[in-house]
Amino acid sequence: MPPRHAGRSPVAEPGHPPALRFAAVGKRFGSGARQVAALSDLTLSIPAGRITGLLGPDAAGKTTLLRLAAGLLRPDAGRLDVLGLDAARDAARIQARIGYMPQRFGLYEDLSVQENLDLYAQLQGLTPAERPARYAELLRLTALGPFGHRRAGALSGGMKQKLGLACTLLRVPELLLLDEPTVGVDPISRRELWAIIANLRTRGVTVLVSTSYLDEAERCDQVVLMDAGRLLVQGQPHQLAADLQGRCFAVRHVTLDRRVLQQRLLTAPGVTDVRLEGTGVRALLAAAAVPPPLEGSTWQPATPEFADVFVDRLQARQARRVALQVAQAAATDKTDKDVVLHVARLNRFFDQFHAVNDVSFDVVRGEVFGLLGANGAGKTTTFRMLCGLLPASSGELRVVGQDLRTAPAEARRQIGYVAQKFALYGNLSVAQNLAFFAAAYGLRKARLRARLDWALAEFELGPYLDRNAGDIPLGYKQRLALACALLHEPPILFLDEPTSGVDPLARSEFWQRINQYAAAGTTVLITTHFMDEAEYCDRLVLMSQGSVLASGTPADIRARAASPDVPNPTMEDAFISLIAAHEANLRRAA
Amino acid sequence: MNLGRLRGLIWKESVQILRDPSALAIAFVLPLFLLLLFGYGVSLNAEHVPIGVVAEHPNPQTETFVGTLRHSRYFDVHELPSLAAAGAAMAQHEIRGFVWMRSDFARQTLGPGPGTIGVALNGVDANTARLVQGYLTQSWQIWLAQQQQEQGAAPALPVAAQTRIWFNPALRSRDYLVPGLIAVIMTLIGALLTALVVAREWERGTMEALMASPVTMAEILVGKLLPYFVLGMGGMALSVGLAVTLFAVPLRGSLLVLAGASALFLLVALGMGLLISSLARNQFVAGQISIVVTFLPAFILSGFIFDIRSMPTVIQGITHILPARYFVSILQTVFLAGDVWAVILPDAGALAMMAVFFLGVTLLRSRKRLD
Amino acid sequence: MARLLALIRKEFLALLRDKASRMVLIGPPLIQLLVFSYAATFDLNNIPFVVINEDPGLAGREMVARFEGSPSFRQVAALPSTAGMADLIDHRAALLAIHVGRDFSRDLMIGRPAPLQIVIDGRNSNTAAIALSYASEIVLGFDADWAAAHGGRAAPATLEVRAWYNPNLLSRWFVVPGIVGLLTFVVTMLVSGLSVVREREAGTFDQLLVTPYRPWEILLGKAAPGLLIGAAEASVIVVVAVTWFGVPLIGSVVALALGLALFLVSAIGIGLMISSLAATQQQGLLGAFLFLVPAIILSGFATPIENMPRLVQYVTYLNPMRYLMVILRGTFLEGDGFVALLGQYWPLALLGAASMTAATALARRRMG
Repeated sequence: MPPRHAGRSPVAEPGHPPALRFAAVGKRFGSGARQVAALSDLTLSIPAGRITGLLGPDAAGKTTLLRLAAGLLRPDAGRLDVLGLDAARDAARIQARIGYMPQRFGLYEDLSVQENLDLYAQLQGLTPAERPARYAELLRLTALGPFGHRRAGALSGGMKQKLGLACTLLRVPELLLLDEPTVGVDPISRRELWAIIANLRTRGVTVLVSTSYLDEAERCDQVVLMDAGRLLVQGQPHQLAADLQGRCFAVRHVTLDRRVLQQRLLTAPGVTDVRLEGTGVRALLAAAAVPPPLEGSTWQPATPEFADVFVDRLQARQARRVALQVAQAAATDKTDKDVVLHVARLNRFFDQFHAVNDVSFDVVRGEVFGLLGANGAGKTTTFRMLCGLLPASSGELRVVGQDLRTAPAEARRQIGYVAQKFALYGNLSVAQNLAFFAAAYGLRKARLRARLDWALAEFELGPYLDRNAGDIPLGYKQRLALACALLHEPPILFLDEPTSGVDPLARSEFWQRINQYAAAGTTVLITTHFMDEAEYCDRLVLMSQGSVLASGTPADIRARAASPDVPNPTMEDAFISLIAAHEANLRRAA
Repeated sequence: MNLGRLRGLIWKESVQILRDPSALAIAFVLPLFLLLLFGYGVSLNAEHVPIGVVAEHPNPQTETFVGTLRHSRYFDVHELPSLAAAGAAMAQHEIRGFVWMRSDFARQTLGPGPGTIGVALNGVDANTARLVQGYLTQSWQIWLAQQQQEQGAAPALPVAAQTRIWFNPALRSRDYLVPGLIAVIMTLIGALLTALVVAREWERGTMEALMASPVTMAEILVGKLLPYFVLGMGGMALSVGLAVTLFAVPLRGSLLVLAGASALFLLVALGMGLLISSLARNQFVAGQISIVVTFLPAFILSGFIFDIRSMPTVIQGITHILPARYFVSILQTVFLAGDVWAVILPDAGALAMMAVFFLGVTLLRSRKRLD
Repeated sequence: MARLLALIRKEFLALLRDKASRMVLIGPPLIQLLVFSYAATFDLNNIPFVVINEDPGLAGREMVARFEGSPSFRQVAALPSTAGMADLIDHRAALLAIHVGRDFSRDLMIGRPAPLQIVIDGRNSNTAAIALSYASEIVLGFDADWAAAHGGRAAPATLEVRAWYNPNLLSRWFVVPGIVGLLTFVVTMLVSGLSVVREREAGTFDQLLVTPYRPWEILLGKAAPGLLIGAAEASVIVVVAVTWFGVPLIGSVVALALGLALFLVSAIGIGLMISSLAATQQQGLLGAFLFLVPAIILSGFATPIENMPRLVQYVTYLNPMRYLMVILRGTFLEGDGFVALLGQYWPLALLGAASMTAATALARRRMG
């Protein structure tokens, strides 16, 4: 591990004591053998008046840190000062001066937007005279004005988060703690949330915000990167990225498919990370390494991003490089247009609600096909109809020529399915889960043994074999769910939000696996709310509020959003411009 | 305690109650459902009990006795030809018992006596059997008195027992079951209401947001308690109204005492709910615990249906920790006997102690922290 | 077949690997069996009574002595006059007051009806009725002995009561077999009523539906734990009832087993129906509760079905518990065999078939 950049952690400016000071803070949960340390020996200062991003993989201790700062937990060891007060003793006085927005913010869903604001105004002791001005400003910032009378429960995910933030900001706090405020939120709301947060800088509010979106780190004045309850590094994001200058490259190859190229490079010496990007790949080299020789490849220096910093700092933790058996032949040959999934004019209503609106697409064999959109876009509903779990209101659905809803049970052998949140039997052990799904698909004798051995080796589940599936880390749950779905070697794989809640490292490892199966000829249909994951798909549809905004290859979609102002739009930029166009269309139609 | 914040919390809770039908359903529909179900479904009054009569030699003497049975509203008389037929009818559960008069019945009763009226009862349901036995004895005594009048003889029964039944002269079981039932229902509802709503705040994440705000724990608890107290009193009023109107249970004590005792008891039940929810932060577990620890014990051990005095000493001891026991006793007394302070004061005292205990423990346990 | 076994094995593991749910299935039923069996009794003993004996003669003392001597009664006070009597009854110190009038002995001697006043607290009408029948037995015994001793005219006919099946009229013999049914019912409903909805909430139900299992196989897998656990628990409780509580089991054990099996199938069917309809575990629990309570009340477990209004009696025909109660008490106490219980078997079988079919149909519909 590189030495800590102690010299670079921002020193509190004179007259500005840090808003938060952790001195050797430790916090454990559980008891006896099950005890786990959420934070250990954490020493850290958060400067006042700045926006600090809190990043780290799953179980890094981000939420525990925020709850300690909010006085909701008491440290087991060390001392924590918040706004100059001892958090262990002065929780009540601290809570009067801070704002805290938990991961699932507590909106009262039966109350309207305005009523939620009224309630929190009363709880925070705003005088009736102060309220109108605050309400007006917050409703303007959040663009929630027109929805004042709507029940909070009927708001979209993004609007709920904005309302939650508005409720915490009624009385401008000295310190604002935000726990993953943008998770699962659509890109437009995400931008609006960040605009509100950035606006707080002008009021001198200290903001500490945790996030699992690496691109959000760049919006912070400084970042704190944590892993397994410990501080890895603290600093300004662009400076941390600048350290990697000369180690990032955009790589292209004349003949090789980008996936094959990625696999080649990952196994090459001196390469830390390879991600798909545009028509090629992006490689991060280890310190002082040189690009590995590869015939036909061109290496162009690229600007380091915070995502590179993240991977670089956490590489020690990265379990292993997925050893990929490159199945080159199958990978490139997608010209036969063998349609495996066919969806035409699909509609689904829930009472009055039009959850899926006239969706059509085809998926060919060996393709990775993505359904992208924010929470509530209709991805999962479409997905469940395809698997035969939900009847369509109208439209045509074919999986290998059959409608799974009416086809005989045996037809379901064709598919492997990973449900949202990795639905596994939580109180069955990992081994029992595997054994059950193997038996459910009728695997027997030698094949059964062979497939179970494969699953253990491929997903490195050995150490967890006798643990309950509900107690293993999320990354391993994801692996186990994938293993269970793949035991019977299905030609088609359905994955519903398989990367949700999983940290960036596990996500990238997951996508490497998926690409490997696709290369070997498995057709993959996958949903995700991470726009950046679009790059990993061969083709995709972008969905919003039940409708398809655009479909095609990632490059196609990005190209459609390109403009003189934004010549190289990201998938998120593309989504935002497509939504704007879609809404304009709707208005014109209305 | 800050009144502005408290008002906000109470207002929030009230709006939620009005918008979310589940709280209203628990407070009003559930008592209605249970009260009707128990009120109509549970009765210990056996009337029109089917009994067989076997007279081996029917004659005027046997006929007078059978006539007495026929006159009684307790019996539904089936005449059967033989003992064998009676035995078969009994095995088929067509009759609960039968009366058997031998061929020498008339000769014996008119002559040296005494004649024997054989009675066989199905003893499986011991309680009903005992009641039927009591009814038969009554009919027999009436018959004896008639015989004696007709023959002008000295009384066959030297002692004339004069029975006076206080509070419930007709011994209508509904009159004592319904007040007890109200106690059972309010135990369940009080605990369920608060347990579920607090657990819901944990589940939806609103509790964490409340805790990080300047609100104090006492304010949160009072903010929960007050609206549900009002709601519970509403459910109580509904139950009492139904008892008096629909089930025609007399209310001899004062409404004020009833209201006071109910208020005290609701505090206990709501306190139990709060304590349960502070132990179980999920609606499912909280619901399960409230049903298990409130409903079943209140049903079996509160004296609502099974007399506590008949239970073994150990179990009688256990009943003392059940709040429902005291409330059942108060309700039965206030409804049927009146304001008997010798019963009400100690019971109310026990309830007050329990209210302080549950609310106190909840307040001590609930700290504004997540660990 | 191997696939089906794997499914059943999975259901058992899911239910029993969790320590808390194991405890819920084993602990409470046994505790309830003990507590309820002891507590749920209508038998009275130690009825507290107060004596007001104003009679200077022997007969009055003799009458009081008979009450004191009875195991059912316990004297708590003796008052010189009726002055304090009302108080004692009002605050429940005494259930019963026996007032022997001033002329009791004299009236008896001269052959006039001698009045004996019995005042009883009617707040608990059942207790009052039972206590009254005990008291009247004592008075009748006194009458008979007095007539015999003083050569008075005996009653022309006497009652000779015998109780079949339960000669000593022990409530426990009635209640304990009922509790066998009650606890089996509760456990089965909790196991099956939450099984589908728990998986639906955890998301594993979808996972199960995309496997090649057919709906009836899934439902069979769900029914198996309820059936086996219910049967095992019922057996344990039957053994405890016979050995610990000494309730005789004189009928056919096979007939009892068949009845329990049919009952379990219909109860599980209803449980699975509720589970298939519920969207959340909480709804499932509430649904199970809202079915359990009326089913228990209207089963004849505590109070006879004949006492209920006619309309309610018709409703009880849909209640599987109703039939089980007859089967349990028939086999335990009345010595019933297979033939005598046919009339209970076929409605149970019908209910079982209907509820299982409905559950499969509902589950299939909810799969969409």
